Amino acid sequence: MGSTQLPPGTEETLAATTAAAAAPGEPVEMVQLLGPDGKLGTDPVFSDYAKRIDPEKLRVFYTDMARIRRFDQEATALQRQGELALWVPLTGQEAAQIGSGHASQSQDYIFPTYREHGVALVRNVDLAELLKQFRGVSNGGWDPRENNFHLYTLVLAAQTLHAVGYAMGIQRDQKLAATQDSTDSKAAVIAYFGDGASSEGDVHESMVFAASYNAPVVFFCQNNHWAISVPTEVQTKVPLANRAKGYGFPGIRVDGNDVIAVHAVTEWALEHAREGRGPVLIEAYTYRVGAHTTADDPTKYRESAEEAAWREKDPLERLEKYLRAEGLADEAFFDQVDADGDELAKYVRSTTHGLEVPDIREAFANVYAEQHPLIAEELAWFEEYSAGFESDEETAN
Amino acid sequence: MTVKKFNLPDVGEGLTEAEVVAWKVKPGDTVAINDVLCEIETAKSLVELPSPFAGTVTELLVEEGITVEVGTAIIAVSEGGATDDATPDGAAPQGQPTDAVAAAQAPAAEEVFTPTYGKLVADDSSDSGLAGGPLVGSGPKADAVKRRARKRPAGSVVPAITVAENAEGTVQDNQALLAAKAAEAPVAHRTTPVRAVVEPVTQVPAASAPQTPASQPAVSQPAASRGAAIGGTISGLVSRVLAKPPVRKFARDLGIDLADVVATGQRGEVTREDLVSYQAQRDAEHDQADSFWGTSKKPQDQRIERVAVKGVRKATAKAMVDSAFSAPHVSIFVDVDASRTMEFVKRLKVSRDFEGIKVSPLLILAKAVIWAAARNPSVNATWVENADGKGGAEIHVKHFMNLGIAAATPRGLMVPNIKDAQDLSLKELALALNELATKARAGKTQPAEMQGGSLTVTNIGALGIDTGTPIINPGEVAIIAFGTIKQKPWVLDGEVIPRWITTLGGSFDHRVVDGDLSARFMADVAAILEEPALLLD
Repeated sequence: MGSTQLPPGTEETLAATTAAAAAPGEPVEMVQLLGPDGKLGTDPVFSDYAKRIDPEKLRVFYTDMARIRRFDQEATALQRQGELALWVPLTGQEAAQIGSGHASQSQDYIFPTYREHGVALVRNVDLAELLKQFRGVSNGGWDPRENNFHLYTLVLAAQTLHAVGYAMGIQRDQKLAATQDSTDSKAAVIAYFGDGASSEGDVHESMVFAASYNAPVVFFCQNNHWAISVPTEVQTKVPLANRAKGYGFPGIRVDGNDVIAVHAVTEWALEHAREGRGPVLIEAYTYRVGAHTTADDPTKYRESAEEAAWREKDPLERLEKYLRAEGLADEAFFDQVDADGDELAKYVRSTTHGLEVPDIREAFANVYAEQHPLIAEELAWFEEYSAGFESDEETAN
Repeated sequence: MTVKKFNLPDVGEGLTEAEVVAWKVKPGDTVAINDVLCEIETAKSLVELPSPFAGTVTELLVEEGITVEVGTAIIAVSEGGATDDATPDGAAPQGQPTDAVAAAQAPAAEEVFTPTYGKLVADDSSDSGLAGGPLVGSGPKADAVKRRARKRPAGSVVPAITVAENAEGTVQDNQALLAAKAAEAPVAHRTTPVRAVVEPVTQVPAASAPQTPASQPAVSQPAASRGAAIGGTISGLVSRVLAKPPVRKFARDLGIDLADVVATGQRGEVTREDLVSYQAQRDAEHDQADSFWGTSKKPQDQRIERVAVKGVRKATAKAMVDSAFSAPHVSIFVDVDASRTMEFVKRLKVSRDFEGIKVSPLLILAKAVIWAAARNPSVNATWVENADGKGGAEIHVKHFMNLGIAAATPRGLMVPNIKDAQDLSLKELALALNELATKARAGKTQPAEMQGGSLTVTNIGALGIDTGTPIINPGEVAIIAFGTIKQKPWVLDGEVIPRWITTLGGSFDHRVVDGDLSARFMADVAAILEEPALLLD
């Protein structure tokens, strides 16, 4: 698993590439511990990591996955009610996000895309704050330094570059700390991106730099099979995890709907990075069950049979099966999870209604740290422009 | 009790309007937060709208089938429920035009609940102080969900009134349209119980003058699903229709030819329900026919019905114009003796393999088209303009057959296609055709099923038509019109004998398909209809 060696001969490389190209998307090998049947399997490397997860942790995994799914439904409804400009549903990808999020430690820094609501939950971001951006009342919504959870990046794949730069910064900090006998725990970075973003040049550059500098970064690719309407088969001729080979670091495909395996693999990868052994690419093999965003209609480009097949692999159902079969959770637990979800939904709904449009003057205040003549001039112009409106009387609706 | 209105949100990114396709609630219904209120169709997709309120529906403000602008109030919900005031349960149901209810309604504060996306937010809170539910209107933060119309620059060159009209024009049109529909209720073939009941309540505060039909142009919905009634008649034209004896008698009594009725029975038989719905449809059409000509007392400009072009009609119009004026069409025809096809169909119908499967000559034609396309591949192609980015065009010949079938559906003309039809056995093809037709007739054709077609068949014979010059489906280069099959005198070995004859028509894009190729292709299709055994080749 995870050999960093390049294949010795070109012929072999060619043969391997051709074989993979013949069956795009075929999992060459995929780490899976908890199957869709809810039975726990084994893996020579990652079972040891899975054993670290105690029953309480498993229940937390389940609770978080259920809560974020409920949140996702509420946010979708809020969008349909005109309360949010847009929503980016995550349903189907709960295990990939909750599992990897829980594998991170507080000193690790996370660079999400715009769909990592599950990771945000694990990192204690207030989910109502997360909705600010989607309501159009903030460019961000939360303080990324508070939870080491970066703001959502809407520019596809740009965050992978930021992540590698940040990881290289960590390396320099650690060199400095080593000279000062600091006891700070070592940190790593996770860069989230998707199968669509994997085609962007930014990802390539990030991986080249990460490998060259041996940066402590984990590239976490959620392959949800659809880059809006473009299927993975069009994005790549080889399994995405295999691309790591070309850069010279380990690539692992993990069942992205198996929260235990995702957690184990991510924990391994973060350790690998923190220990100074360089980057890792994780391809979490999952599926976006809903639309790309609320402005998208997946029935226009994919068959409902495909969605149904993936629903069979639902991440929550398999963990529920396991918890029940092993006697780790009872009916009362699941009832409580449902109640918690409704509570969260209610909180998010009422808070969202209260999110107000900020005074645009705040934007002027945040351009430079100190007073700036050009900004002052523009603000004056804006004040004059605003004053040019009639009083607050409402026109007929 | 607070009456709240839900304004149509922008459910996509930057959509300006949507059509209310179907209401899932009616006045008097109790709704909880996130219960589905209605289905709307935008330029992007069909979307269900969940309720932002918990309470009782007091009024539906937009009728099904009407397109309204984003921001238009579509439904009113009274929060807190009607049961907690003095009115006894059931004594005065919601919307009853009694003074008591009107009085109860009148003082209720009407809050307009509006999306804030892209709009400035009002900061007045004159209607606050309502201890409503956990939603909007409770406390000082309620402002965020209210929208104020854009302010107008003081002393600007545009007069204020003009601005207002521009902004609200479409909505007003729709309201006028609704009013007109309500006014012509006695004439309309579509009943409007919802409005009839609710109208008085909302009209009380407005004190509006009653509207006379003469003052408004009468606007009515076009007959919605005429196509549905004729979609499945092909089998009736060529063979005995299946139906149980009581149904046959019922049909005779009503004077209905069973062949005209769409069969929905499990084995393709006409059921009693089919007859009833056919009768209802026919009555509606006849009623319409009687009242179609406007009274000549009215000036002619008031006797013009204006039908908005939207949805499928709009898409069809655009596709047809694009095709007709970019692809030079050449149409050719051939008469075919389809007697052996008829025999073959007859044999398939009684064969055990095809038990329960609807078989029609269209099946053989479909097979023939696939067979002939493989022998003349250029007909199964696309003309791609500027394919290399330098102005050069390409012809993309498709080594697969996504066979399109033009279908009249309740929503208009659709051309769903059967993907990889070349891989299907005769039986699989029959099943695929049935499924396609059933879905289309039910209006359930998915957009994905209409994409990627490679060649289309239009079954105009179902309407008893001999042939025509069809317009090519955009993205394709050939379309086949399948005429009706009827017995005609035919000369065989010097003798005139009755045979089952049909006419095949085809239109071809001459940029791709030359005369000789289209002729060869049509001759090949005709050859199969004349001798289906060639398929075994």
